Amino acid sequence: MQATVRIRRFNPEQPANNGKFQEFKLDVPDSTTVLDALIKVREDVDGTLGVRCSCRASICGSCGMRVNGQAKLACKTKIADVSRHGEPITVEPMGNMPVVKDLITDMKVFWDKLRQVEPYLQPEGPAPKGEYIASDESMNHLVGVMNCIMCGACVSDCTVLAVDKNFIAPAALAKAYRFVADPRDSRTSQRLGVLNESGGVWDCVRCMYCVEVCPKGVAPMERIMKMRDLAMEAGYNNTPGARHTESFASSVKSDGLLNETKLAIDSTGIFNIPGQLAQAPVAVRALLRGKLPPLFGHKIKARKQIKRVFEKVEGQE
Amino acid sequence: MFEHDVLIIGAGLAGMRAAVEAVNRGANAAVITKVHPVRSHSNAAQGGINAALTDRGDDWTDHALETVRGSDYLADQDAVEVMCSEAGAALIELEHMGVVFSRDEHGKLGTRRFGGQKAARTFFVGAITGQAILHVLYEQLIKANVRVYEEWFVTSLIVEDGVCRGAVTLDIRTGELHTIRAKAVINCAGGAGRVYEPSTNALICTGDGYALAYRAGAPLMDMEMVQYHPTTLASNGVLISEAARGEGGYLLNSKGDRFMLRYAPEYKELASRDVVSRSEQTEINEGRGIDGTVLLDVRHLGRKVVEEKLGYLQEVAHDFMGIDLAEQPIPVRPGMHYMMGGIKTDINGATSVPGLYAAGEVANVSVHGGNRLGANSLLDTVVFGRRSALAAIEYGKSAGAGSRNEDLLASEKKRIQALLDRPKGLRSASVRRELAETMHSHVAVFRDQQGMERAAAKVKELKSAYGKVAVDDKGKVFNTDLIFALELRNVIDTAEAICASALTRKESRGAHYRVDMKKRDDANWLKHILVRQSAADGDPKIDTAPVTITRWQPVERKY
Repeated sequence: MQATVRIRRFNPEQPANNGKFQEFKLDVPDSTTVLDALIKVREDVDGTLGVRCSCRASICGSCGMRVNGQAKLACKTKIADVSRHGEPITVEPMGNMPVVKDLITDMKVFWDKLRQVEPYLQPEGPAPKGEYIASDESMNHLVGVMNCIMCGACVSDCTVLAVDKNFIAPAALAKAYRFVADPRDSRTSQRLGVLNESGGVWDCVRCMYCVEVCPKGVAPMERIMKMRDLAMEAGYNNTPGARHTESFASSVKSDGLLNETKLAIDSTGIFNIPGQLAQAPVAVRALLRGKLPPLFGHKIKARKQIKRVFEKVEGQE
Repeated sequence: MFEHDVLIIGAGLAGMRAAVEAVNRGANAAVITKVHPVRSHSNAAQGGINAALTDRGDDWTDHALETVRGSDYLADQDAVEVMCSEAGAALIELEHMGVVFSRDEHGKLGTRRFGGQKAARTFFVGAITGQAILHVLYEQLIKANVRVYEEWFVTSLIVEDGVCRGAVTLDIRTGELHTIRAKAVINCAGGAGRVYEPSTNALICTGDGYALAYRAGAPLMDMEMVQYHPTTLASNGVLISEAARGEGGYLLNSKGDRFMLRYAPEYKELASRDVVSRSEQTEINEGRGIDGTVLLDVRHLGRKVVEEKLGYLQEVAHDFMGIDLAEQPIPVRPGMHYMMGGIKTDINGATSVPGLYAAGEVANVSVHGGNRLGANSLLDTVVFGRRSALAAIEYGKSAGAGSRNEDLLASEKKRIQALLDRPKGLRSASVRRELAETMHSHVAVFRDQQGMERAAAKVKELKSAYGKVAVDDKGKVFNTDLIFALELRNVIDTAEAICASALTRKESRGAHYRVDMKKRDDANWLKHILVRQSAADGDPKIDTAPVTITRWQPVERKY
């Protein structure tokens, strides 16, 4: 099979071609992965190509990069799957991290964020003589998160991190969940308290990219959403995110639809006078353009049925 | 110049376990690794870690006996006793650190059965045990705030007046060379899979640690003992864990026969790895294979077991072969997997060179002898990683101050500059491939005098061709082309040691099976083979050492 790979080049020592794509045409077996192709380029054609790789079996996490614009693990991506009719494959370094050389990024930001969540077990008191007793179910559940190989794909394509460097970002938040959900850890509440702050679980915009690009099924966003629930259950209700969630749910539950004005006021916090004042110009502009929703929204007729749905779901939990 | 009490080379399980121990005991310890710690190849250990827990009715002496038997009586029994008796504590310690081991119905640690052992004493995390432990040790590394020279490459050990005092290193990111001085160095640089093609090992397993020690004058021991794992993917050599057979998987030939019933009536698919690999290769050689493979069949275990306990295998089978293990058997064949041989150490990790310690795959304590049991490698790394840290700290307390001279730094700079300045020449990738394919052809599951001689001659030829290797990349920043050329020298030196040792052992034992000398010969060869590189002519020099036998007299091995 003929494959055409377009690689975005970058070399700080020879900046003339930086950012430009270089095309390589290769004859490869049908089962070839993107990584196989890159190794072939590096070994047989151009030894200057910079790419990190090691295990070839999606376990070491070295070869995160963007293939046709999306973060992937090169060793887990078959050429035939990303170039169904032999069209050129675009290979670029991951996003949200500075490039060191060609496909190699500086992952310092990734590791720094990981450190931020105190990523180690903190049990209560002295350890037992034998193992901690824990259910197989709870451990198996954590295996789903321990599957993370820290390849950086989710951080690369995180749309929040792109605009807010303060966001702890999916990988480190998934790591935090690994301790929050570990029955052996004693600092669940403190951890949730920290994750409740700015940059934490409430700053995710639920774009789903991290779930989509994760090559190991870790589903970071789902872990983040779970931690929102756990934070609120632990009593961390006094954040815009928590208030937003509660207002959203209570509005739909009582009226059968969303009261947007109330949502804005509730999310900001009813006693947060500076916050409310800061919203005033938005309200005025919306009013002038006829876009301000009514303060007391109407209620739908079938709201009793909606309420029953809520009660049923809440009962199940 | 940087200075530490203890410098640890490699951040796999052995290296990180050593580092955490050293730092938690107040030593100024640092780790140097050519990749990020979580990229280390310990990740790839899938199946589990062995330990005989007394509260499960298991006995460490049973584990030790099976380890000794698995080794074909080449392991030093004092070392095996240390490993197996400390296994329980080492395992519980990992659990306390946070490893999410699988549990039984009472919430206690659960087990699966592994090869060469009667008892189920393999503790596991799905089929990602190595990854799960590696990442937890990295968590501990962060907690202990260990200094890591990340993406730094060791070019040479500093040995002054026969004493190891640090290393000359290359910061891959900047291309600058630095001296790191240390009172003691612990070599935990891992395996040498790239000496073979194909191999289950990662691309980073280039025998660096063996070669560093070999060139520094430390003897390597039993280097002929190269493990071929029975179940690797035919397409790219990727590992399919023994867990598949541990959970009850079958091996079938082209006729659909469970051929292991013939070769190992008692242990069947769970005989020791050397035995299973030879059986498979025999089936293939005698025409009962399928395009050079046999079939691994786990369909009868049901989808739930396949997905919950063998999840990673399912992923690999799907990604590389398009196979659903719950529906279809997968073709496998023996593939190079692990080095039983390594730097000779005592039970505290001390090598023959004062100041130099070693642990993990690169070391040979020796607990694996002629054949390692599955799930004993992870145990080896944590037990002897910890012990070597203790010994290195103790040694460092009385180690005199070394010189401050930078002679080695200067000569290494010169050597590397010469390599960069060579306008054109051989490509390191093609030299490595030629060498590795030769090793796979002649120093593999079945060996004979002629084949091994051919391999040794090829290694010698490529060793002299090494001076003609050139690199495309002449730059400083992240010059992986240069790193590959430096690694190639390590691959060649490791291959040289393997060939020299293999040609020396005139018998069949463990993984070293000679079709021209099929019998084990305890009278003449119940001994270790040592090889070191002569400082005078650079050639391998052979020696032998006795095997330590404490309580288990050698008998014929039967599975």
